[in-house]
Amino acid sequence: MSLGLLLVQGLNGLQFGVLLFLVAAGLTLVFGVMDFINLAHGVQYMLGAYFGASLAAWTGSFWLGLALALPAALVCGLVLEWLVFRHLYERDHLSQVLATFGVILFLNQAVRAIWGSAPLQMPVPALLEGGVTLMPGLQYPVYRIAILAAGLAVAGLLWLLVERTRIGALVRAGATHAPMVAALGVDIRGLFMLVFGFGAMLAGFAGVMAAPILSVDPGMGDTVLILAFVVIVIGGIGSVRGAFIAALLVGVIETLGRSLLPDLLRLVMAASPARQAGAALGSMLVYIAMALILAVRPRGLFPVRG
Amino acid sequence: MRAALILLAALAAAPFLGFGEGYSLTLLARVMILAMAAVSLWLLVGGGGMVSLGHAALLGIGAYAVVVLDDARITDAAVVVPVAMGAAGLFALVTGAVAIRTSGVQFIMITLAFGQMAFFTASSLAAYGGDDGYTLYGRTTVLGQRWLEDRLAFHYLCLGLLALTLFGGHVLLGSRFGRVLRAARENPLRAEAVGFRPYPYQLVAYSIAGAVAGLTGVLLANAAEFVAPSYLAWQRSGDLLFMVILGGLGSLQGAVLGAVAFVLLEEWLGHITEHWRLIFGPLLVLSVLFMKGGLVGMLRRG
Repeated sequence: MSLGLLLVQGLNGLQFGVLLFLVAAGLTLVFGVMDFINLAHGVQYMLGAYFGASLAAWTGSFWLGLALALPAALVCGLVLEWLVFRHLYERDHLSQVLATFGVILFLNQAVRAIWGSAPLQMPVPALLEGGVTLMPGLQYPVYRIAILAAGLAVAGLLWLLVERTRIGALVRAGATHAPMVAALGVDIRGLFMLVFGFGAMLAGFAGVMAAPILSVDPGMGDTVLILAFVVIVIGGIGSVRGAFIAALLVGVIETLGRSLLPDLLRLVMAASPARQAGAALGSMLVYIAMALILAVRPRGLFPVRG
Repeated sequence: MRAALILLAALAAAPFLGFGEGYSLTLLARVMILAMAAVSLWLLVGGGGMVSLGHAALLGIGAYAVVVLDDARITDAAVVVPVAMGAAGLFALVTGAVAIRTSGVQFIMITLAFGQMAFFTASSLAAYGGDDGYTLYGRTTVLGQRWLEDRLAFHYLCLGLLALTLFGGHVLLGSRFGRVLRAARENPLRAEAVGFRPYPYQLVAYSIAGAVAGLTGVLLANAAEFVAPSYLAWQRSGDLLFMVILGGLGSLQGAVLGAVAFVLLEEWLGHITEHWRLIFGPLLVLSVLFMKGGLVGMLRRG
């Protein structure tokens, strides 16, 4: 294990972390404002990737694909909200979990029926092809750096939006005490649709960005969804700041654990069992970290409600 | 419990009423095994108010206990069953100790995450087939005898264990322990005020449900003579939770009704179209929106 490898995997981890943040941000905001648990949020990420990949293939341009996929993801989110989710706000979490689980079953299958089970490919845009030299003899793809930059930029914008604008103040107030905000004459339903659509679009954006480097397949949303849940549980449900820190943490632990543990264990074990134990332990690491953090702080790192 | 008793009687008679051939018996075994799993989950959701979205992992651990022992050529039920139940119960105890410290939506997410952890661990077990799964050398033996190879014997074993689980759950919920558990579900603050800290009760219930799920996993592995990580997938946990809710939280027998309805509906839709989930998903949404109280509630009303 060299320093170069560590650097590359660290960057990969951060980049996975910002993608996770884009998904988790919508999830945590929606939960914070409306007390609504939406399993179908991962599907938004998947739809974003599918829209991006097929629209880019259709228009012949990554950028047009990206530009068209965002409103498409937004529309999908709003349609789902109107059709299903808004009837669930008054219901208990169990009902919300099950109904949104039904939405996942439907949409995963719909994607399979429309695009087939085989993974789609989305080419990296010409502008972001090639690599930068991190160290002599060590290239890192420009596109991955672009993801990192775009994710951080969106996170910054989101922070400005939530912390420095009137809408953001309403969202934060709604997360702390929604009935009071409604009593003060704010249209909480309208506010929620806004937050919801915005969250769906962020997840869709993450999907498009991930499409060129990950395979676009019907189950891709589920993996991300569960890690996004881990993120918001660690970060404290409803907290955007917590989600950001937890997302980077989870991204780095997941990536480094999976790639480095087999090598680390080889120092103390034979090669073959080290590879196996490393792979098993690497995939458990995030959840062990979550358990440890929750054992100390059951409400997450940055709890919103007291 | 009337509906459940009628159902159990029907299952007992089924092999002699034209459902005795291989395909029907396989389907009925699946129904009974999943019903048992649903009963163990009902104890958590309906009994203790603990909405777990990681229950399939406990089944999977029981199934993988069969695999690990099978690989070591140990197939006798006297070893397999205690190991499977112990492993699943222990996993439930350890993860439950963390998960039950939280509640509500965090509990749902944490059980989901722990389930996923078990799933990825199973996928990385290259010695037992990894993602591709593991085909058993043979079914579990009882006292060295290969009784479970006989389809009819297996049918009645599943039925007997289902009846036992249902009865055991009924007794448990009616006991002092069960009453504390239900009190903690209704109002944890009041339960604590009268001197019962819910935590240990919930943890014990979680472990018991885990051990029963482990036993169910043994049956599941035996039914297919094959185990794969997909047994632990979170969608399976979602399916189980749906069975419980479809049946209804009003009474323990809801779990059995829900499992039967779920498996038969799935089977029927699967015959109609390859994309049966396109129908199944919306049906799930509709049943949540409009069928409050589940099948048990419908039976009571009408």
